[in-house]
Amino acid sequence: MASIKLENVTKRFGKTTAVAGLNLEIKNGEFFCVLGPPGAGKTTLLRLIVGLERPEEGKIIIGGEEVNDLHPSKRDISMIFQNLALYPDKTVFDNIAFPLRQQKEERAKIRERVEAVARQLKIDWLLEKLPSQLSGGERQRVAIGRAIVRQPEAYLMDEPLSNLDALLRLEMRVSLKELQTSLKETFVYVTHDQVEALSMGDRIAIMNAGVLQQVDEPGAIYRYPNNMFVATILGNPPMNFLKCAASDGNKELLVKHESFTLTVKGDEVRTALGGAVKEGGVILGVRPEDVKIHLEKPNGREPGGRVNGGLVDAEIYVTEPLGNETIVDIKIGSNVIKVLAESDFAGAPGRRVWIGLNEHKLHFFDLETHACAYHASERDAIELWGG
Amino acid sequence: MAKIVLDHLVKRFGKQTAVKDLCLEIEDRQFVAILGPSGCGKTTTMNMISGLLKPDAGKVFFDGKEMNDVPPGQRGVGFVFQNYAVFTNMTVYENIAFGLKIRHRPPEEIDREVNEVTRLLQIRQLLSFNASKLSINDMQKVALARSMVTKPKIFLLDEPLSNLDAALRNIMRAELKKIQQELGQTTIYVTHDQVEAMSLSDRIAVMNFAVLQQYGSPHEVYNRPKNLFVANFIGSPTINFMEGSFGSGAFTLKDFTRGKIPLSKQAMHAAGQKLTSQEVVIGVRPEHLKIMDRGSEGAGFQGEEDGGSPSGLLAKVVSSEPLGSKTIVYLHPDANPGVILKSSMGSDYRPAIGEMKELTFKEKNLYVFDKKSTELAARF
Repeated sequence: MASIKLENVTKRFGKTTAVAGLNLEIKNGEFFCVLGPPGAGKTTLLRLIVGLERPEEGKIIIGGEEVNDLHPSKRDISMIFQNLALYPDKTVFDNIAFPLRQQKEERAKIRERVEAVARQLKIDWLLEKLPSQLSGGERQRVAIGRAIVRQPEAYLMDEPLSNLDALLRLEMRVSLKELQTSLKETFVYVTHDQVEALSMGDRIAIMNAGVLQQVDEPGAIYRYPNNMFVATILGNPPMNFLKCAASDGNKELLVKHESFTLTVKGDEVRTALGGAVKEGGVILGVRPEDVKIHLEKPNGREPGGRVNGGLVDAEIYVTEPLGNETIVDIKIGSNVIKVLAESDFAGAPGRRVWIGLNEHKLHFFDLETHACAYHASERDAIELWGG
Repeated sequence: MAKIVLDHLVKRFGKQTAVKDLCLEIEDRQFVAILGPSGCGKTTTMNMISGLLKPDAGKVFFDGKEMNDVPPGQRGVGFVFQNYAVFTNMTVYENIAFGLKIRHRPPEEIDREVNEVTRLLQIRQLLSFNASKLSINDMQKVALARSMVTKPKIFLLDEPLSNLDAALRNIMRAELKKIQQELGQTTIYVTHDQVEAMSLSDRIAVMNFAVLQQYGSPHEVYNRPKNLFVANFIGSPTINFMEGSFGSGAFTLKDFTRGKIPLSKQAMHAAGQKLTSQEVVIGVRPEHLKIMDRGSEGAGFQGEEDGGSPSGLLAKVVSSEPLGSKTIVYLHPDANPGVILKSSMGSDYRPAIGEMKELTFKEKNLYVFDKKSTELAARF
């Protein structure tokens, strides 16, 4: 069991920078997910930790010891590759026993250890078979068995489930998570599937183009994404973005869309959005589950002046009934946003509707950099005015 | 626009039957998805509709006219293939104009049509670009525009969104639906992705192993699946299946220590009608399978007659997936750790791993399948 630390690590391949100035700390016993699109640098990150690549700059520290010059075989880390790389001419027993035989363990001890691991993974009845005789899920478990048999400091996994069909992937996800909980070991798990990262990780690192975007617990990243890239990668359907103008009035800040205006009060948020005001605009982010559709016209004016009780005039663009819920695409001005609604949602395309936004779950992103300038919460006095 | 009728179509490749006795009617202006896993026969079916393959038996009709001997180029069909097949040595304009050019349409007409279709798909700004320089998402729109511009009676789309990244796939799905609703072309869409089929279609033809399993609206295939295969294939997360037996006015689920769920009189009668034996598979969708603390108020199986009685259906929490808008909780039934059940709970729900919970669901949400025939026997 060990913590893994990367200090200012950079890795280049010719002119391409695969990983740039990476600073990361993975805690002892953590299930740590690395999420990003293809080419983000995730596999390079794993290969740097295990020692198959040397960084051009920076340090890799495992269990407190700097390992840059330590050969992979001496780093005591197990890696499970995407294609499993099982030895095709060896039985399941011999595949799992291999690392122990490499370490010149005693025969009796090897037998005991291999059988214990096989029992744990429920493949003890397959020990005499060859990989070609096994199903995808069984091969998967043999690869895991081979990795855990020598009880390394940490386990690295590179998209280990991506070749499995949907049902098997689900079962393996659950059993991998159960395994990690019972072993209490450090797992570093790379994936491009946001559902996997959200469901398995104690913490997630989001990467894009070699740069670390954010590291935190899944719930925290979901609720407080650092930038538009992170906001898009977690959540399905992803967050909606609306380009708005931003200006400073006397008593409040104004965020204006073609179809609505947000009034924003409070010193903290006005300071945070100062940059947006200077640039004259901001990108408003709101998740599909934080928008509500009203099919009936609301009653007139609120006390205090908001027409339609602070709802926005809009139109149904298209509906997507998924069975357990409906995604409703709503046209607001010249934008189309996605909203999650009930499975029995009754509106048809072209119908006029009124939209409410959860003012406590809005996000404001910088027009140019796309970094998040402010996340709204219950403490904020933000009001939506239609029209 | 065209009504398509497939009459007892059969296609074999050597000893393998790829499509077995397929009968399907697609009304004019409808969007129909042919949905199924790899190898189910969906692409073969599409190829017989387009004319790229000749059926070994059976007939294809467009608006009542038999098409079996009509070559693909003369069937008035527009294609979008999975890999787009955009002509990389031409500009976007030339790609889209191609179909009209080879049909010798006058240049003013070509110009007008290309501008109109690119305006619709919002790619007008790309017209002078070389097609090889486009992003994959723009390529997809060009492929769509190229087939739309010849105003085909029928659109055939073979997994057109599978190469797009998740965010774009979401957006293009809605755009495709909007375009089809506006243009009104009869559209056939082949896919293995049930979310796409559900979101886009008027009706879905579900296929498995060369055989049509069910043909119905998204609502029908989701709420009244004909058999276990359809029930499992449609819906995400997948439906929960619990095996058991039917008798003495109740279902007894075998994976639970106390697995008896008493039924109302109507339910008993309805179930008894169609079941060929005592052995059943009970289905409950994750959004209907709630979990509550043991013995808490409202927990347990809720029949039609009473407000609810402790069902005693206990399950152990194995893991949970906080997906943002909801949380999926995975559980093992207390008497069988080999089965995984899924419960869809609210976004803030965080159960403790290893805790025993009581399964809570209503009689009206049960799907009862005959274990032997795998067919749906009852929905209450």
